[in-house]
Amino acid sequence: MPVEMNSQEKIWKHRDRKTQLTHWALWFFGTALFVWCWQLVSEKTEWFFVLDAPAIAADIGSRMVPPRWEYIDKLWVPLWDTLNIATLGTLLALVLAVPVAFLAARNTSPSPVLLRPFALLIIVSSRSINSLIWSLLLVSILGPGVLAGIIAIALRSIGFVAKLLYEAIEEIDENQVEAIKATGASRSQVIAYGIVPQILPTFVGVSVFRWDINIRESTVLGLVGAGGIGLQLQASLNILAWPQVTLILLMIFLTVLFSEWFSAKARHAII
Amino acid sequence: MSAPRTWRPKPFIENPKLRWSITIGTMLYMLLALGSVEVNWMRVYEGLDRGLKFVAAFAQPNFTGRWTDISEGLAESLVMTVVSTVIGIIVSIPIALGASRNLAPLPIYLFCRSIITISRTFQEVIIAILFVAIFGFGPFAGVLTISFATIGFLAKLLAEAIENIDPSQAEAVRSTGSRWWQWLNYGIQPQVMPRLIGLSLYRLDINFRESAVVGLVGAGGIGATLNTAFDRYEFDTAAAILILIIGIVMFAEYSSSAIRKRVQ
Repeated sequence: MPVEMNSQEKIWKHRDRKTQLTHWALWFFGTALFVWCWQLVSEKTEWFFVLDAPAIAADIGSRMVPPRWEYIDKLWVPLWDTLNIATLGTLLALVLAVPVAFLAARNTSPSPVLLRPFALLIIVSSRSINSLIWSLLLVSILGPGVLAGIIAIALRSIGFVAKLLYEAIEEIDENQVEAIKATGASRSQVIAYGIVPQILPTFVGVSVFRWDINIRESTVLGLVGAGGIGLQLQASLNILAWPQVTLILLMIFLTVLFSEWFSAKARHAII
Repeated sequence: MSAPRTWRPKPFIENPKLRWSITIGTMLYMLLALGSVEVNWMRVYEGLDRGLKFVAAFAQPNFTGRWTDISEGLAESLVMTVVSTVIGIIVSIPIALGASRNLAPLPIYLFCRSIITISRTFQEVIIAILFVAIFGFGPFAGVLTISFATIGFLAKLLAEAIENIDPSQAEAVRSTGSRWWQWLNYGIQPQVMPRLIGLSLYRLDINFRESAVVGLVGAGGIGATLNTAFDRYEFDTAAAILILIIGIVMFAEYSSSAIRKRVQ
């Protein structure tokens, strides 16, 4: 307990002098960095527009209500597409992520020196690039449509699924694997009966969790042309059809709520 | 003699009726879903050529051709990341306090929870579109978007941490006759501080990834440069940008996990 003497009187201090100085220095540099960055942002901002923002927001808000309910007939197909992009994308990601996870886990990787870093690189690159950027790329390769969205979602999800899965593989109970090995099982049998049962709950949990995330992500992929309800959003925004925008946002909100409810149910049922 | 018995692994779902209905339902869904995917194979065939070019571009990324665009975009993304993370954290803390059932009265709790829900439901890009419409093009709209997205993440997890604190420690501080602020500062804050720092650092590298995307809809950052590169099929420039993003994200991830280990 840091105590300071002040004319024969002991005074309790929260921290000792050295920690106090480090804290002070960290706060100082943090604040300075923030102020400097803020200045840079501020220079690039048209403050005239920002001051006008409440008026514009009120204007847009008044245009957004009431939602244009008739438009809903044009939304069912895009919604179905959105759902498919998320689901098929997640499935594709699961298929691709499992081998990557086994390559990346220290205890199952066939060559920790060569293949493990490669698998880790796949995981990092997949995670660092947003699905919108993936679909931007895929739309320019495959053309606009649902397929680009599915692959974009899959490429983005591999890293997430493989990362959580390989961590689960590294944490398994080796005794069970040992027991299966002792029966003279082959390598694939060891994986099927020694490792898979141990990581299955994680795998299912991660899949459902990722599906839930992917529903959110797939709602915007249409903005860059990769199918789904985002296409409708883009089209409505382009013609400034705010009542349609409201309806689309409402539908997205409901879809996400549904996916959250569904994934919570599914996780309860399985785990 | 009875027939030789063989061992079978236990089925994943015990109830056969449920098992079969799930299996058939899944197959039916797959048929319908795959049927709805329209693929223009001619377009794909043409595209594969471009795909190969893109993969090849990774071997020869072009950093120099548009270096001024790239460096300005990246700098803007980094600056936006710092500003929006700081603002996000500052706004999240009071909302997290309000969203903790053990601190806040019910109306405040519900209000803060609904802010968190809205922030978590909508994709950053949708929020960015609205903010660009309201605040005009440029990094300011992006900063606001990412700050707003940070609230949903940080306030939710921080509120959970606050709800899970050890109440006896807070009680001990209160029993000394401390005021509300002192109670917060000495009874609760020390218990959640490591978690807050960890989450903030984690959010910092998420926010960098987000700041690379909001540019696609005009909210500043490297996204705009990337968008132009893809539109012009300049895959070597796009590859250079992606490599830089991956590099920065890797660096951020390693350093943030190193700091987190020291703090926690």
